[in-house]
Amino acid sequence: MKFIDEYQDNKLARGLAYKIAQRSTKTIRLMEFCGGHTHAILRYGIRQLVPKTVEMRSGPGCPVCVTATADLDKAIALAYLPDVIITTFGDMIRVPSSYSSLQQAKAEGADIRIVYSTIDAVEIAKANPGKSVIFIGIGFETTAPTIAASILKAQQDKIENFHVLSLNKLTPPVMKALLDSGEIKLDGIIGPGHVSVIIGPHPYEFIPRDYGVACVISGFEPLDILLCIDKLVEQIEKGEPKVEIAYPRGVKPEGNRKARQLMGKVFEIGEANWRGIGIVPQSGLKVRGKYERFDADKAFSVSLKPPREPEGCRCGDVIRGAAMPPECKLFGKVCTPESPVGPCMVSSEGACAAYYQYGTPENSQGF
Amino acid sequence: MDDSILLAHGSGGKLSHELVEKKFLPFLANPALNKLDDSAIFEASGRLALTTDSYVVNPIFFPGGDIGKLAVCGTVNDLTMNGARPLYLSLSAIIEEGFLLSELEQIVRSIKKAAEEAEVSIIAGDTKVVNKGQADKLFITTSGVGIISPGVDISGANARAGDKVLLSGTIGDHGIAIMSQREGLRFSMALESDCAPLNKLVSQMMEVSSRIHCLRDPTRGGLATTLNELAWQSKVGITVEEAKIPVKDEVKAACELLGLDPIYVANEGKLVAVVDPADADKILARMRKNSYGRHATIIGEVTNEHPGKVVMKTKLGPSRIVDMLSGELLPRIC
Repeated sequence: MKFIDEYQDNKLARGLAYKIAQRSTKTIRLMEFCGGHTHAILRYGIRQLVPKTVEMRSGPGCPVCVTATADLDKAIALAYLPDVIITTFGDMIRVPSSYSSLQQAKAEGADIRIVYSTIDAVEIAKANPGKSVIFIGIGFETTAPTIAASILKAQQDKIENFHVLSLNKLTPPVMKALLDSGEIKLDGIIGPGHVSVIIGPHPYEFIPRDYGVACVISGFEPLDILLCIDKLVEQIEKGEPKVEIAYPRGVKPEGNRKARQLMGKVFEIGEANWRGIGIVPQSGLKVRGKYERFDADKAFSVSLKPPREPEGCRCGDVIRGAAMPPECKLFGKVCTPESPVGPCMVSSEGACAAYYQYGTPENSQGF
Repeated sequence: MDDSILLAHGSGGKLSHELVEKKFLPFLANPALNKLDDSAIFEASGRLALTTDSYVVNPIFFPGGDIGKLAVCGTVNDLTMNGARPLYLSLSAIIEEGFLLSELEQIVRSIKKAAEEAEVSIIAGDTKVVNKGQADKLFITTSGVGIISPGVDISGANARAGDKVLLSGTIGDHGIAIMSQREGLRFSMALESDCAPLNKLVSQMMEVSSRIHCLRDPTRGGLATTLNELAWQSKVGITVEEAKIPVKDEVKAACELLGLDPIYVANEGKLVAVVDPADADKILARMRKNSYGRHATIIGEVTNEHPGKVVMKTKLGPSRIVDMLSGELLPRIC
């Protein structure tokens, strides 16, 4: 099939894997930022195709996973307010929070609806004028423009009962935070594909410049990822780290200006709370004052008990790339996709879910 | 108001009789049903198979079928997967007050059509009407009785090392066709549900071989779940090759878009057969002559290694475990 099968070609993949093996002499560590990459890498067995010299770690690129427990507690508290409809993307409702989950709140009678697009949430607001509809805004630069568009649509259509709880996050600042922490040494980063469609390659330039780390933006098909790894290995072997695009059919040097304009119009940059990482300055998107009547943070107030993390759960470490999912004692035993303890086992982009779902015959003893 | 279902249609009185006589009997008539006795009486001797299933699909009309066709095919297929020849079905309908009689008729017509194709008779039935909001439009339960020929032993527990694993055609068609119609997700595509009765396909397979060990229709949970069930029941390992599993372009595209894996998406007109290797080619050739098995292919084999587990060789070559479906299939968000 056009644009799918071509990027899954067995012969080309083996050829690329051979090229990588020929090129690679140093032992290196790469991080795939994006949860979508983690899933593709495990689904197609890319770890088994690359030489042993290339170690791969998963990063924080899963919107559900990086949502802080305190923020999720807030979303749940909002759900219990009278005459409120919570709208959210599917995975969010199953994530266990400090004391409950959106799913639990739903079972207790809260009106929580799964939507596939933010515009659907606006439609729900339109159809329920007597209720307040709150959209739980999670995601990175990929999702933020669509959420901005939903606020502009609500304004244009005079839908005053639509609100967004903006938990949106930005990728380059958290990459900087990870590199600054020095917790794990990285030689290269597999840059996020969809995020880069919006922001272009330039925001990552500090990575090679300030940290000497290679950065290549990748698509999500297996050949995209192998090509990206090949470019990373080449840069690292030559000692010439830079930002490259291995996903030119998706990412243009200028990114998507229109989407960025939308984002900038509605949101301003502020701090954000990341699970496992904490407060990272300049890494979140807040609704601008001009649109504050759509800002759930301004329109509603809820009192919250201090958040608490599930005991033994290492999602925080997994998100930072400091632990591999099977290193968590709960993995596959207490924590499974059926009864997840942490968000990384819930989300379709979570690293634990990927390791669980796509275990290899060799490493499956744990399940 | 005479064009929709009223609570009185479920009262057991005049309107109930009218409903049965006007909307069910004209389409489903047969000697046993026509008597309208409290139970249907039929002759059968030998080993019988009995199965039951409830159908609550949403939406009730979908490309390639509706809840009526599904209720007949699903139960026919469940009997078929044990090597039984389906004979008789019972059918109960729970109807929500306000449901359109015209839609009910459309569904009964489609029940008739599916039953005719599968050569089964619906000999017992029941209707109930519930208050608006107490059911979602229409729920149907069908039970089925089938007869198993002497010597036939087809079970999920019969797979043996060396057996070949056959798949009757493309996967994911039903699940994606339904999903394309769901509220909030509507997308248009030229894809129909594969919903079909498979009893004739299976009887043709059984004509050419007596060494079919397991049969199963990969419905909810998809191919991955079915293979895991067979591996677990038979205490064997199963290995399959991803590249050999046929998937329609439309299904591939929708799965890419939604972040789903076709091996977990539901089917309603496909079967997995585990057969003796010596007969595999013969069975495959016969399957391909039937329109429901036109794209049949051998996707893998049974092994003594990794008992209880399914291992898939990915398109790129490496192998990975294929687990059962866990939770609901939810589209990805980013």
